[in-house]
Amino acid sequence: MQHDMIIAGFGGQGALLIGKMLAYAGMHQGKEVSWLPSYGPEMRGGTANCTVVISDRPVGSPVIKTPRALLALNLPSLDKFEDLVRPGGVILVNTSLVNREAHRTDLKIVKVAANDIANDLGNPRGANMVALGAFVGATGVVDLCEVEALVRETFARKPALVEANLTALFAGFAAVGGAMADDVAATPVGNS
Amino acid sequence: MAKKLMKGCEAIGEAAIRAGCRLFFGYPITPQNEIPEYLSQRMPQVGGTFVQAESEVAASNMIYGAAGAGERVFTSSSSPGISLMQEAVSYLAGAELPAVIVNIMRAGPGLGGILPSQADYLQATKGGGHGDFNAIVLAPWSVQEAADLVADAFDLADFYRNPVYVLGDGLVGQMMEPVEFRDERQPIRPLEPKTWASTGWKKDRPRAVINSLYLDADTLERHNVDLQAKFATIRRDEVRWQGYHLDGDYDVLIIAYGTVARVCLTAVEELREKGINAAILRPISLYPFPYQALREAAQKASAVLVVELSAGQMVQDVHLALQGSRPVHFLGRTGGNLVSPEEAAAKVADVLEGRSVEVRHA
Amino acid sequence: MPDRTQAVFGYPSALRDVTTHYCPGCTHGVIHRMVAEVLDELGVRSRTVGVAPVGCAVLAYDYFNADMQQASHGRAPAVATGIKRARPDLVVFTYQGDGDLASIGMSEILHCANRGEKVTVVFVNNAIYGMTGGQMAPTTMPGQVTTTSPLGRDVRLAGEPIRMAEMLCTLRTPAFVARGAVHRPLHAVRTKDLLRRAFTYQVEDRCFSMVEILSTCPTNWGLPPQEACDWVEQTMVPYFPLGIFKTPDGSDRAPRPVW
Repeated sequence: MQHDMIIAGFGGQGALLIGKMLAYAGMHQGKEVSWLPSYGPEMRGGTANCTVVISDRPVGSPVIKTPRALLALNLPSLDKFEDLVRPGGVILVNTSLVNREAHRTDLKIVKVAANDIANDLGNPRGANMVALGAFVGATGVVDLCEVEALVRETFARKPALVEANLTALFAGFAAVGGAMADDVAATPVGNS
Repeated sequence: MAKKLMKGCEAIGEAAIRAGCRLFFGYPITPQNEIPEYLSQRMPQVGGTFVQAESEVAASNMIYGAAGAGERVFTSSSSPGISLMQEAVSYLAGAELPAVIVNIMRAGPGLGGILPSQADYLQATKGGGHGDFNAIVLAPWSVQEAADLVADAFDLADFYRNPVYVLGDGLVGQMMEPVEFRDERQPIRPLEPKTWASTGWKKDRPRAVINSLYLDADTLERHNVDLQAKFATIRRDEVRWQGYHLDGDYDVLIIAYGTVARVCLTAVEELREKGINAAILRPISLYPFPYQALREAAQKASAVLVVELSAGQMVQDVHLALQGSRPVHFLGRTGGNLVSPEEAAAKVADVLEGRSVEVRHA
Repeated sequence: MPDRTQAVFGYPSALRDVTTHYCPGCTHGVIHRMVAEVLDELGVRSRTVGVAPVGCAVLAYDYFNADMQQASHGRAPAVATGIKRARPDLVVFTYQGDGDLASIGMSEILHCANRGEKVTVVFVNNAIYGMTGGQMAPTTMPGQVTTTSPLGRDVRLAGEPIRMAEMLCTLRTPAFVARGAVHRPLHAVRTKDLLRRAFTYQVEDRCFSMVEILSTCPTNWGLPPQEACDWVEQTMVPYFPLGIFKTPDGSDRAPRPVW
């Protein structure tokens, strides 16, 4: 089983951080992982993005041209990667910053207004955690409890931040129905 | 020790420290800045020394001095900076000094770009600097292997008293993967005290002179003969490679190194699901190159496909290995563009279905 | 009757008893001897590593009775940096000519001095490339004829001779920087004192030190040795003044704006 995904947004939206947390959580779950920052021609066009692979077997290509899942934190990210996602995969759209509908019909489109939810929580900077929670809920690429543990570990010295970030994380997860859909966005990887 | 998620560049720095290296001299250049940045923080913690040199020229000569004083030392850079170090690499080889040089390759020629590339293959494996010499060249395909090969590189450098390159593409330097450092690591070769090093002469041994100048033709030739004998030993004993699906049947044998080999492995897995049999031979040591293994592996294949992030450099060694016994095809991307698994798989299909044109040299 | 003979002059233990390749009348030999005497007098020979340059002194590793490294052209200060950082307990010196230090190695010497590496640089300035056959050096005097300035150094095209000691003493980093000469016995005595001070600063782990020493090149200047010494006095000394330019204790000599 392999999950692979592209997390994309404006620089500063936390795309790279979200990707790292997914990779860490995957590693803590005993999976093989790789995290590759936007480092190449895909850097052009106003998006910062990273590719994360979480797999039961040693990761083959860390470069994924056609990911099984996409987190589009802004419009340029959706424009750029929507057509590349594999049929049957998942696209999570941050509707706070994407003002169009996704046009793909051969995969699952999930929406979350990450910035609005974060604003409502009084924690505008928590939009990345809302998006992370929603992405975990929509794809099931890692267990939410692993991400929770990671947040507690990362902000261990700042208890206030732990609570604020967890609140945002759970709000995002709940916003998409929190479906641990392990069968979505994942397909078996060969039998050899 | 537990697994830790690290960037390739950071893992390289940590691996060097764990290999007992306490000296780093370097100069900033993208995409390997995380190595000097990491070591500027880490070296003081372990009583080591980090020096930001004024240039790659100076950095490479600083490692010459430190290596000559008998200490483990390394530098890192990326392609344009490695070009500037070629003088010192030749001197290191000439004076038989052990040093490790990490090249996180970027696209060229000239200033090129900061994106990943494998276009320094010929520079690394065929000399680069002046004179008859070879550096050992190790090419990791993952963060873990980068860390492992850096450790081995120090042992090989010390054992052979020769410069060793760890040749990574930008991907290996920039990506994060779990890495595990073994706590109790033994040298992979028997290492002796460096009695040849210039550490102050107390007349308890011959005077140490670190030198590559031999003005007498016969003396210089003897020195070169000795060096060549050493390189022959390296070619005999230090070949490293890995095969994937070489045990079964295959029509196409792919030759790729570094992260490109991982891309190809993904392509091969997907092809095999569709019933297309392909296998991979991944050179890990680029010098010495696994000529013999490649010749043997190619016997089962009807064609060989070389995949590189260059316009075709390693493919020259593949031609040397095969001597025309199998058709050789080539897939390369340059300028920082990457080969995707889909592209590699499509190329294999092209080779099998006669749409690919064989590459010939001369 | 007891033997009352006492050795008052001998071969320095830091100098190997071999015939050098230097030309008759060249003052490299004097400078070698003075460096060796200082290493003996300070008792540091057995923990010294010298760095030979590319230039006439390329074979210095055959002459000093100490561990030596041979550097590529101009890089001796970088090599010395590597040695000293690897083994701070060693006494490390470079021995470099004007082409090596002031032309191709300008970057290395400036940054070595600016980092305050605790090494000693012996800079032999004879205003010409000796080993390669008398080409123009960065310290070649205005109007001086060389094989690459056959009509004399044209300062409009080649610039003025570079004063290294003066240049280094503009750096804020503490250092000992001095210039001596060896064309007259009195100068030689003073220069040996400068060398002793330079090495002492290193032994005491105080600072970078460089002694620039004006030297002769009778062969490439086309002058008999005595006239070569006179040429140093008449032509070089007025342009390259002798003395101490900077000590680690002195005030900084940062240039002041002219208005």
